Amino acid sequence: MGLDSLYLKQEREAEWRAELRRQTKNKDRMLIERVSMPELEPEVRVNYQDREVNSGLTREMAMQEAVRCMDCANPTCIEGCPVSINIPKFIKNIERGEIQQAASVLKETSALPAVCGRVCPQEKQCEAQCFYVQKLNKPAVAIGHLERFAADFERESGEMSVPETAKSNGIKVATVGSGPAALSFAGDMVKKGYDVTVFEALHEIGGVLKYGIPEFRLPNKIVDKELENLQKMGVHFETNFIVGRTASFDDLKEQGFQAFFIGSGAGLPRFMSIPGENYNGILSSNEYLTRVNLMGAQYEETDTPVLHGKRVAVIGGGNTAMDSVRTALRLGAEKAMIVYRRSEEEMPARIEEIKHAKEEGVEFHNLCNPLEYYGDEKGRVSGMKLIRMQLGEPDASGRRRPVPMEGSEFEMEVDLVIVAVGVSPNPLVPSSLKELKVTKWGTIVVDETKMQSSIPEMFAGGDIVRGGATVILAMGDGRRAAEKMDHFLKEKYAVN
Amino acid sequence: MNKVVKKEFFSEKVVRLVVEAPLIARSRKAGNFVILRVGEKGERIPLTIASADAEKGTIDLVAQVVGVSTSKLADLEPGDYITDLVGPLGKPTHIENVGTILAAGGGVGVAPLLPIVEAFKKAGNRVITVLAARSKDLIILEDQMRQWSDELIVMTDDGSHGRKGLVTAGMEEILQREEVNECIVIGPAIMMKFAALLTEKYNVPTQASLNSIMVDGTGMCGACRVSVGGKTRFTCVDGPEFDAHHIDFDEMLMRLGGYREEEKEALELYHLQHKLVEK
Ligand SMILES: Cc1cc2nc3c(=O)[nH]c(=O)nc-3n(C[C@H](O)[C@H](O)[C@H](O)COP(=O)(O)OP(=O)(O)OC[C@H]3O[C@@H](n4cnc5c(N)ncnc54)[C@H](O)[C@@H]3O)c2cc1C
Ligand SMILES: Cc1cc2nc3c(=O)[nH]c(=O)nc-3n(C[C@H](O)[C@H](O)[C@H](O)COP(=O)(O)OP(=O)(O)OC[C@H]3O[C@@H](n4cnc5c(N)ncnc54)[C@H](O)[C@@H]3O)c2cc1C
Ligand code: SF4
Ligand code: FES
Repeated sequence: MGLDSLYLKQEREAEWRAELRRQTKNKDRMLIERVSMPELEPEVRVNYQDREVNSGLTREMAMQEAVRCMDCANPTCIEGCPVSINIPKFIKNIERGEIQQAASVLKETSALPAVCGRVCPQEKQCEAQCFYVQKLNKPAVAIGHLERFAADFERESGEMSVPETAKSNGIKVATVGSGPAALSFAGDMVKKGYDVTVFEALHEIGGVLKYGIPEFRLPNKIVDKELENLQKMGVHFETNFIVGRTASFDDLKEQGFQAFFIGSGAGLPRFMSIPGENYNGILSSNEYLTRVNLMGAQYEETDTPVLHGKRVAVIGGGNTAMDSVRTALRLGAEKAMIVYRRSEEEMPARIEEIKHAKEEGVEFHNLCNPLEYYGDEKGRVSGMKLIRMQLGEPDASGRRRPVPMEGSEFEMEVDLVIVAVGVSPNPLVPSSLKELKVTKWGTIVVDETKMQSSIPEMFAGGDIVRGGATVILAMGDGRRAAEKMDHFLKEKYAVN
Repeated sequence: MNKVVKKEFFSEKVVRLVVEAPLIARSRKAGNFVILRVGEKGERIPLTIASADAEKGTIDLVAQVVGVSTSKLADLEPGDYITDLVGPLGKPTHIENVGTILAAGGGVGVAPLLPIVEAFKKAGNRVITVLAARSKDLIILEDQMRQWSDELIVMTDDGSHGRKGLVTAGMEEILQREEVNECIVIGPAIMMKFAALLTEKYNVPTQASLNSIMVDGTGMCGACRVSVGGKTRFTCVDGPEFDAHHIDFDEMLMRLGGYREEEKEALELYHLQHKLVEK
């Protein structure tokens, strides 16, 4: 799916781009300092679950930052992007003030740019490969911030372009789930003229984008806007529908669905199987975040309850852990703590989220691990026993393995514990399709270049294939599956 | 959106709703449940599918009013809509011809027990049913149960209907009298705990259907976890029925109380608002 280099070259030679390059010398571009994202004050933002922390760049800031980009002849940034966004082209459009154009460049390859601009781990992807980082040892061009700016600008202008769709070919395809993998698949397939239906088990579309990632990072209305766009393009949505249960795959085939994309995600939360883990007040991050983000449990007028804690410990160091601990702060915790068994360097969370959590007053207890929980007479968690860890040899993940330090046990008082130590693939689909090949971890086996499963008309991607991964990787899978399924179906039906 | 087509009260606190849900009516099996939500601000609550009419495309739900959400549900009238309804969820009951089945239901647990009793009877078993409740007006679905049972015993705590005594007294009578091949109990956790202790004594394999707290019902949140045989299991995808002799009922009882304070506040608020509206 990588952009071909000839195309990139041609694009780069466009007169307007050559002109921009002539206008400002690289030497001058390099002198500009990287823009910093304006954000809400920590003291203010901890009071609101639904106020975005990052407030977005102004047009002037974005245009200035865009000047930093040197429109490299060999844009290595693109190689770092899992969906190969034509990064210099969109940035140069911002530099010349053609923001709508920039947004449409983004949409050539990304179905959800406003989402990606907010949640992608840019510092590990495109920005890590930027010339500034690679060769100049300077902060990368703020590609993520610019992406968000362009997408927001377009949305707020009220002139969102609806991508063109091919004439209907009458072939029905379905997605299982409605997370980013399924949505990007659906967007591409509808563009190619397919009749696409997205089935979602929950009562809202969006997968983790809705029930997991909090509104202070990704407002639901932004996800909804992107969904509206897909709807305008003709994608059908069915909520409250569990494929394999509400109707079987055979039922759906009978209704004319010719092929399926399984994007059912990694829902199943992992626990640590340590004594006392089932006390009340110990819950998975999925439960905690779902109660708040999907069900609005923090508001008085909703019926769903959520537990409030004064001393909250969140176990884990990923984005899920950061989201949970910051949510706990916003729901009134006096002490909100991260308990992570490695050091900060190994934390999988986005650097920005770690920074934001610290600013908000989250305490980090790195290099320690819970061993046991204690409860009060009512069965509510009241404390935990921890052990300190040190880092040993690298393990399979390439990170140094945490090893318990004998005799270093200590206790901590807590009244709410959120376990965020990872998820396993959602077992619903494999359990209803015996002939579908899965790995011993429960992920669906696919041919990596085609995203095709052991059942030819079933493609799969996102977390159900990768285990817990990222939004952009899920989207990349969805797009690749769309391309390959298109070939598959055209061959099968000899349509053109 | 699923339309309520019929509603009737079995007792002051127990309501039966017939709801349009054609796909679920077709695919559900005994033991399955749905999760529904009343209103945009409502919470997701699980309810067993008591029976279904595949031709009419309807399912029956029987709910006992305990808190806000079941109150809102019971307030719906025919023609109103349930905002969201998803299912069928959970593993269906394992139904086989094993000989004699002892089915014990307590309180509103009788509703989820009904389709199971029906299925066991249709599979050729001899079915003996024990229904129990605190008093006469809390006994539900007696006639429907009788239709699918070879024998039916009713027990009430206060003796106002059937025999006086707890469900276990009725069960023990049968267990002493004849060979029972399998037992299934559904009711309050405390009742299931004592029923399980009883059948363990008589060495009768026993299934209990657990009513843990749930959110999504698809194995995503872990709220419904229970310990069975020392392992953590999720009621919504691994259950709701488990081997009763291996369930940690004490832990389950403790977990059910987990949101009690929060739920109580919500109910008080709801009643208050209702009163204000009525004025
Ligand atoms: C709290 C949290 C924070 C995160 N933060 C980030 C971040 O900052 N950046 C980042 O890149 N990634 C982040 N991630 C990871 C990212 O969200 C996931 O990798 C991504 O959402 C996976 O997408 P997906 O399409 O595979 O599935 P999901 O988003 O998991 O969606 C799957 C959907 O399928 C539905 N479903 C399952 N089975 C069925 C069925 N049988 N029928 C119908 N529907 C079904 C589920 O209900 C669910 O809605 C985060 C994850 C979490 C939990
Ligand atoms: C698989 C399954 C099937 C069920 N089938 C039926 C059925 O057919 N008919 C029926 O009347 N009820 C059934 N229940 C129980 C029903 O879901 C609860 O009564 C309901 O969620 C209570 O909601 P509420 O808002 O009215 O009460 P709440 O205010 O939420 O709760 C009142 C009290 O009930 C307890 N509680 C909360 N949630 C649950 C729960 N999910 N299960 C049990 N107790 C709970 C709390 O401890 C609280 O103190 C089932 C539960 C499960 C898990
Ligand atoms: S590598 Fe950096 S400077 Fe070069 S084109 Fe990409 S974003 Fe611009
Ligand atoms: S209800 Fe969420 S995992 Fe069972």
